[in-house]
Amino acid sequence: MTVYYTLFTFLYQTGDAFAFLVLSACGLAIIFGMMGVINLAHGEFIMCGAYVCAASARAGLPLPLAVLAGALAAGAAGMLIERIVIRPLYDRPLDTIVATWGVSMIVTQSTLILLGSTMPGTGTPFGSFAVGPYSYSIYRVVLMGAALATLGLLWLGFTRTRFGVLARATIQVPHIAQALGVNTGLVYSLTFGLGAALAGLAGGLYAPTMTLVPTMGSAFVVEAFVTVVVGGADIFLGTAPAALVLGIIKAALTSWQGQLAGQIGLLVAVIIVIRILPRGISGWILRERA
Amino acid sequence: MKTLNGAMTALGLILLCSSVTHAQEPIKLGVLEDQSGDFAAATIGKVHGIQLAAEEINAAGGIAGRPLELVIYDTQSDNTRYQEFMRRVLQRDKVDAVFAGFSSASREAYRPIVNQFDGFAFYNNQYEGGVCDANMVVTGAVPEQQFSTLLPYMMETYGKKVYTIAADYNFGQISAEWVRNIVKEGGGEMVGEEFIPLGVSQFSQTIQNIQAAKPDFIVTLLVGTAQASYYEQAAAANVNLPMGSSVNVGQGYEHKRFKPPSLANMYATVNWIEEVDTPQSKAFVEKWHKKFPDEPYINQEAENSYLAVHLYKQMVERASGSTKKDDLRKVIAEGDVCYDAPEGKVCLDPKSQHMSHTIYLAKVSDDHSISFPKVWNDIKPYWLGDAGCDLTKNDPSAQYTPSNPPPAAN
Repeated sequence: MTVYYTLFTFLYQTGDAFAFLVLSACGLAIIFGMMGVINLAHGEFIMCGAYVCAASARAGLPLPLAVLAGALAAGAAGMLIERIVIRPLYDRPLDTIVATWGVSMIVTQSTLILLGSTMPGTGTPFGSFAVGPYSYSIYRVVLMGAALATLGLLWLGFTRTRFGVLARATIQVPHIAQALGVNTGLVYSLTFGLGAALAGLAGGLYAPTMTLVPTMGSAFVVEAFVTVVVGGADIFLGTAPAALVLGIIKAALTSWQGQLAGQIGLLVAVIIVIRILPRGISGWILRERA
Repeated sequence: MKTLNGAMTALGLILLCSSVTHAQEPIKLGVLEDQSGDFAAATIGKVHGIQLAAEEINAAGGIAGRPLELVIYDTQSDNTRYQEFMRRVLQRDKVDAVFAGFSSASREAYRPIVNQFDGFAFYNNQYEGGVCDANMVVTGAVPEQQFSTLLPYMMETYGKKVYTIAADYNFGQISAEWVRNIVKEGGGEMVGEEFIPLGVSQFSQTIQNIQAAKPDFIVTLLVGTAQASYYEQAAAANVNLPMGSSVNVGQGYEHKRFKPPSLANMYATVNWIEEVDTPQSKAFVEKWHKKFPDEPYINQEAENSYLAVHLYKQMVERASGSTKKDDLRKVIAEGDVCYDAPEGKVCLDPKSQHMSHTIYLAKVSDDHSISFPKVWNDIKPYWLGDAGCDLTKNDPSAQYTPSNPPPAAN
């Protein structure tokens, strides 16, 4: 019996780590993978989603709608920032790092000044369930479902819709796409907005479980970058398998030796992957295919 | 004779005038606290406390007739900022004293600089104890005040199996050592201990580790806003164990920030929080809200910072207006530098330059209201003195721990 309890615990913990990694990374992966922009303001889009979600949930909106509101707000903010800051810098990818870093600092400090040092939370819904001697939060199972649903919807979006085709065309050969009548400016704008909205979605989904402070995005950013670096540029062939592998490493090491070991494990995994697979897991899979 | 008298009068006048201009020169107080970054929620109130005290003092004529001027820098929850700004206030701004620091990592980052320039710094924060340094005055509570009260109470009430989760830096590590020792002395058993890197916000696996160890209660020594996510996640997973802490409630006011009942059954030993129900405490809260109406919470470090300014005023005035470290330490050595603070009477111990406190056991109930099942009056910071630190005799400028006590006096 104990074996089953332990097995379930391990599955739950892996799933939990997987959900956190996928949700925190997919916005970053889309913006980096499709546009080549390294978005250091990723954490602030997450914070934006979390704040909007918590504020609208406390104003009476049901939680799923509040999460969506958070994602939409972050997406809108993302499109605005793409238009103002990122667009002039598409030919200078290194400069976008500095620019988005600046955006990140401005947003964090403005939030601190305008909204104060913390924001009251909403509390985690749905209660808990018990398996053997352990009890688990139901909401975290919902998060695992949300991570899988997000990946599924993104896959459908990029392969089955017109926007997906246009986006992939624009990213691959922008001038031909433009010559064929695609409004590439709009596609860039929408893609960046989508990445920001996914970050906002992560923030909204995790808002009920976390302390809401202006710097909360930084809790996601390291894991997000680790996942994207290990995964490489492709979200489906990279981010998802990377999140799974890292989730297993993190859950195993944390249950064995505590949080510090889990963190060390993640960072060591990055170092090893960069050394032997410089283009990440997706680069490796695609090369095998070619 | 007459001319001589005139000359004497003139000389007297000149001296008087120069001493008057001297008296007008402000006393400068450097304030280095985190007004942004991970610790901001707990530390903005400390700056406000210092501003409130300075305003009161200046309205009442200043310190020994000189106005008090604050030189405030935002250290951004960043240890290297502490080092930069500590050099700046001591070298360029030439302040008379510095009030600095929240995390123990930041204190240990700036302390060598205070020693190097022979400055005089106040650390107005509870911490893991053990700093034996003549350049430092500590007004916050230390483990022998917080744990030797809290842990026996918890073990008596809930049982003897203890699990510690602590932030993984000097504060958490040394505090956990104190917990280990006091639990062992009380016949208890440590069933687990985990150190969490600062900035970690996901605790699923930690929660499972705790449930596997089946403790009677948990000691939470979590620091920073990211780690505070633990409570919400533990409540969602229905961990439902009593908690004891030396930092929560009193610093991070988690009971105000989180939705009830995630902090239910948390016991924290604090030397003051805004819920303390004595007349002088209520008057203090009222005074505070008049100046800072939007303050989300007045925590114990805010009170420590406030009373430290008044303590400093007393020391300077008793040293006949001198702000020199050696003169002020002579006053401290008299052993009766005391102040009627909002928490009750506090006194500085000359051996360690730490402060005695009233310790309140704050219990968080299901609706997150606070009650005080127990109050200990006049708990002294005895450990350093008993262990052999005596700043009136020598100044090792070191930090000691129970496993690394001061070398035997010879």
